[in-house]
Amino acid sequence: MNLVMALEMAAECHPQRIAVSSGGLHLSYGNLLNAARAGAEIIRDANVKYVGVLDVNSPAVPIALFAAAYAGVPYVPMNYRLTKVELEALLGRIARALLITDAPVLAPLDVPAGIKVMMRDEFQRVALSFTPEAMSAPAAPHDTAIQLFTSGTTGKPKAAVLRHQNLMSYVLGTVEFGSAAEEDAILISVPPYHIAGISAVLSSTYAGRRMVQLPNFDAATWLQLCRVEKITNAFVVPTMLSRIVDHLEQEGGSARVPALRAIAYGGGKMPLPVIEQAMRLFPGADFTNAYGLTETSSTICLLGPDDHRSGFESKDPLVRRRLASVGKPVPTVEIQIRGEGGEVLGPGQSGEIFVRGEQVAGEYLEQGSLLDSGGWFPTRDRGQVDEVGYVYLEGRADDVIVRGGENISPGEIEDVLLDHPAVSDVAVVAVPDRQWGEAVGAMIVLRENAEATEAELQEWVKQRLRSSRVPTAIRYADQLPYNEMGKVLRRVLKQQFVDLVS
Amino acid sequence: MKLLKAGTRAKCAVCDTEVMVVRTVPTEVLLTCGGVEMIGMDGAKAPGSHAAAGAGQGALVGKRYMNAADAVELLCTKGGKGELAINGESLSVKQTKPLPSSD
Repeated sequence: MNLVMALEMAAECHPQRIAVSSGGLHLSYGNLLNAARAGAEIIRDANVKYVGVLDVNSPAVPIALFAAAYAGVPYVPMNYRLTKVELEALLGRIARALLITDAPVLAPLDVPAGIKVMMRDEFQRVALSFTPEAMSAPAAPHDTAIQLFTSGTTGKPKAAVLRHQNLMSYVLGTVEFGSAAEEDAILISVPPYHIAGISAVLSSTYAGRRMVQLPNFDAATWLQLCRVEKITNAFVVPTMLSRIVDHLEQEGGSARVPALRAIAYGGGKMPLPVIEQAMRLFPGADFTNAYGLTETSSTICLLGPDDHRSGFESKDPLVRRRLASVGKPVPTVEIQIRGEGGEVLGPGQSGEIFVRGEQVAGEYLEQGSLLDSGGWFPTRDRGQVDEVGYVYLEGRADDVIVRGGENISPGEIEDVLLDHPAVSDVAVVAVPDRQWGEAVGAMIVLRENAEATEAELQEWVKQRLRSSRVPTAIRYADQLPYNEMGKVLRRVLKQQFVDLVS
Repeated sequence: MKLLKAGTRAKCAVCDTEVMVVRTVPTEVLLTCGGVEMIGMDGAKAPGSHAAAGAGQGALVGKRYMNAADAVELLCTKGGKGELAINGESLSVKQTKPLPSSD
């Protein structure tokens, strides 16, 4: 089992169908297969242990991904937005490597020893310049296909290892081969180093769907590409959808994307007002919420279009509530909620989410496998499952506030504060407290020209939640620190409350 | 008879059919296409034809094939004329409920 199987099948079945559109360039599945094999020859000649990619989306990305799989070398896309120091450290960790990159990203870097640099345009040009002999990929399902560095919001980035069998199990378990129609096209706006950027390439290839690449996301270009390329499917992270919604509201017009029939989202918590507004603005689109992690080869739970529609239209609070869930596990994985002592919890009880299945890698280069003896992976996400199997997330286990032995999830307090008419954004973090060890701190972003005092917000929470949930410290900021994928940098926020200890 | 391993691939010695093993049993089985035992991907094609009785409707690319007990499952990675069978039992196409596209 090897990732290239998906590409070989697609190229065999519909060689002329367009696989990748980027700028004015269109590559068919036949072209992509040839380029991947040619790219594998480049990689073999370079005699390296890794193929690194440090770049935005371009045709070189899917070519390099499949070429690395043909060459039997792990593919390592990295976040080009990291600092010089961070990037040089990551590059040091993958030497000897062939690095495919572009001038603006490369310019400030002092490239460590053992890194052979090839410019993206050159890699693409050479890979498309000749037709290599047919080759077969190494049939080693247990080999590492992809190594992804975690975003490192809590420390040094960890190298998550995804094997061919993990990724292919995900694809085979969730995608029907050749299910895309000739005219189908997906807009890929997530960066190549995000697990969703990787699964988009694999799933689209297996489905035989055309991939249209958007190298740098902004709402106007996203909408424009949807119209021009007649996009039928799109995946966005919550911040992207939020910007698209804002943009449409400012324009005052409708989305005017008649071809777009499916929007999937994931990669972070989606605010309820954003998804409801998006459903109003894109009445012709089916919405799907996908919950997954890098370590699980992408999606493990789905909230599908029917649940979105019934949640949106229903007056029943139990049905409405489902819009805030991540749906049910995909058929090929199992979910368990466990308490602090490792005991399995029942419906409606909060604990840590554990997941099991072939697609679950749960492994880091440094620490090895994190699966327990039963094959379960601790996600470090907190949540619960309701009576009928819908999964609700409550934030990262590491973000839980432990106040005098009581566990408090920031999410429920954030939801309540966001409902306050003066609050536009909020993040709740653990702050030091002499009496309780930790207490609740809230960083508030107020709406323009709106006011809400600390006492007023405390009273607002007190009327809606238990008294232990009332923030002892409330601070105000013009905006919250987010990383480029829309994750709040809680580590940074916590530092703004450290004075509370003294 | 061969011990199959999940993830390994096999091809028909006669027609174009190729498969990948998705799930299997821990015992040796006879995997055939059109009545002829399937061979490794590096094996040499044999001149000849499928056994008349086994040459049914053929294997379709992208379809999953399973036995009645649902213990063995194959993915057809390249379509061909022969009918897939395990220990003489014809395999049938696995019906799956399509999921909404999530990426």
